[in-house]
Amino acid sequence: MKVLAAMSGGVDSAVAAARMVDAGHDVTGVHLALSRNPQSFRTGARGCCSLEDSHDARRAADALGIPFYVWDLSEEFRVDVVEDFIAEYRAGRTPNPCLRCNESIKFSAVLARGLALGFDAVATGHYARLVQGPDGVELHRAVDPDKDQSYVLGVLTAEQLAHSLFPLGDSPKSQVRAEAAARGLTVASKPDSHDICFIPDGDTAAFLDRELGTAEGAIVDADGTEVGRHDGAHHFTVGQRRGLHLGIPAPDGRPRYVLDISPVTNTVTVGPHEALAVDTITAGRPSWAGPKRPGRWRASVQVRAHGEPLGCSVEASDDGVRVLLDAAAHGIAPGQAVVLYDQDRVVGSATIDSTAHRAAA
Amino acid sequence: MWARSGLVGNASSLHASGRAARRVLEEAREEVAAALGAHPTELVFTSGGTEGDNLAVHGSWIARRAAGPGEPHGRPRVLLSSIEHHALHDLVPALVRDGAVVDRLPVRPDGIADPAVLAGALAGAAGRETAVASLMWVNNETGAVQPVQALAEACRSAGAWSHSDAVQAVGHVPFDFAASGLDLATVTAHKVGGPVGIGALLVRRGVSPAPIVFGGGQERGIRSGTLAPVLAVGFAAAVVEAVARLEEHAARWRRLRTRLLDGLAGLPDVRPHLPETASPSLVNVAFLGCEADDLLLLLDAAGVDASVGSACTAGVSRTSHVLLAAGLAEDEARSTLRFSFGAETGEADVDTLLRVLPEALERARRARGATFGSRR
Repeated sequence: MKVLAAMSGGVDSAVAAARMVDAGHDVTGVHLALSRNPQSFRTGARGCCSLEDSHDARRAADALGIPFYVWDLSEEFRVDVVEDFIAEYRAGRTPNPCLRCNESIKFSAVLARGLALGFDAVATGHYARLVQGPDGVELHRAVDPDKDQSYVLGVLTAEQLAHSLFPLGDSPKSQVRAEAAARGLTVASKPDSHDICFIPDGDTAAFLDRELGTAEGAIVDADGTEVGRHDGAHHFTVGQRRGLHLGIPAPDGRPRYVLDISPVTNTVTVGPHEALAVDTITAGRPSWAGPKRPGRWRASVQVRAHGEPLGCSVEASDDGVRVLLDAAAHGIAPGQAVVLYDQDRVVGSATIDSTAHRAAA
Repeated sequence: MWARSGLVGNASSLHASGRAARRVLEEAREEVAAALGAHPTELVFTSGGTEGDNLAVHGSWIARRAAGPGEPHGRPRVLLSSIEHHALHDLVPALVRDGAVVDRLPVRPDGIADPAVLAGALAGAAGRETAVASLMWVNNETGAVQPVQALAEACRSAGAWSHSDAVQAVGHVPFDFAASGLDLATVTAHKVGGPVGIGALLVRRGVSPAPIVFGGGQERGIRSGTLAPVLAVGFAAAVVEAVARLEEHAARWRRLRTRLLDGLAGLPDVRPHLPETASPSLVNVAFLGCEADDLLLLLDAAGVDASVGSACTAGVSRTSHVLLAAGLAEDEARSTLRFSFGAETGEADVDTLLRVLPEALERARRARGATFGSRR
């Protein structure tokens, strides 16, 4: 096969590309330039936009003896990922930009360009498994539960998965690092990336202040009593406890959490932990990792990256899904994705619009 | 034994190996100068084209910006064509930061500077304030041969120094420094098949750009730094060969160029950029409706080397300022590739290109704007 290996400059994508070469594929490396103004040097933080990363990716391609190119996707990334991220926060939601990048950039813009240029598939260093099933290729969790990235790939459609390769899904991370060292790849000891790549200093609040400005507003409790002030609703996420700086203690003296964010009135509502409990999630823009699954069925659902799977029933239609949790869960933020699993297999995903508590309603 | 060969010594040293190195270096200087129509004392060795360009323009401006002996009014202005190599194009912000007045000379749609416009840009008060004017001899992207004699004449009337980046001229078109009338010309070894890492700035007697790096005062105090005799020997051998075989190579390149252009004529929406005067060794073509990057990838995979404008440090290709200066729309500039012929290129190479091009072009056109999946 002619394989396009997306090489971020990190250890995972380098080993993924190496395994594709070993498997006998005709591999070409591409590094995606996602930032219009790459940082010349950065310490500590890691991401996918720096000069150092494009250099590391190129050196890995050199070591593998494969052609290597840099593709400028900064305009697509700005529109589809960065502006989406800002707009979501402006609307009081909590987006997941890595998921958007997979959906719109890596497995859309890059895949489309690669297929048109004569490649058969895109390979990445994501930890997830592709399994051939009765209805085509299925997306499964990685064997390393700590590294499993099936959640951020949950937005991919069956058609996208059919042209994707995840060569690391069967390996624990430690093995990937050891393999990189054994192969003589210079990135073997490079730290993992954790930050949002377009916010290299990790200060999301400051980034959003620059984009959205600051605007003072009220922090209120459930009955509307003002209990504090804030300088921008975008600083908050549903379920957040820290950073509220409330002047007035709760009547029962217990910690309070963000329950709701209203961007229109610039108001943040807080309350006790139990008020965060929800058991019904309404989510829109569904995508299916295999055949569409309309109707009512049992599943487990993951509501945030690295979250625990929760037992649930799903009511699915063309417009979206309603997820009825078996037990109430806490701190589920609109804007995040629900990814629906059948055991280890990803069935589909949707973006959370709202939550409710049936018992309380 | 190596020390006595003169290839590894320090030509500034006084002992025997130093003398041997100096002799090798000076013999190389004489050979290069003779091949280029210059006197040996007019040749300043450099590390290559970038340094030569910077030394010529930045050094001349530093030497002449302020009033001084023989320079009653000072010359704060630099005139650069809009199609210079990055070695000069990217010098502009540094010149401006240091207080220079930088004007850019436009080019016609075929990428050639108009001699009348050139004369106008150096007439009157502007000319009297100009320290140095620079126009590259042969453009590296379009192959356009520029009216450098007109530059030399206009500069002489204005009292400005004239410089030409001749990196792509030597070995490709007839080059004679003395006959050109230029004050300064930049050349480099690796563009004529010599080693990477050495070049020369030709400096007419009486012209003295200020140094831009400081040290041991080698090369008449204009360019400090220990020189590598072994590179100078390679430079001399390459330039002598390239100049001697110019007519033979040029005749072959003209045939290849015609063959390539004839082949391209049968492809849809392919627009060669053909300057009125052009180097025979280069063909610059717009493949409308595709990204040149994509076509380059496909041709590379098929064993054909082509080039796009240039790339930034991270490796992202930049839209060519040269093509934009010639008035091309951004889209057309981004769809443009160039093919260069070398000492070894033959008919079979052109035929290979013409064989793989139709399919590559079709694929590259399909790739542009392609979308997949649920991209919103």
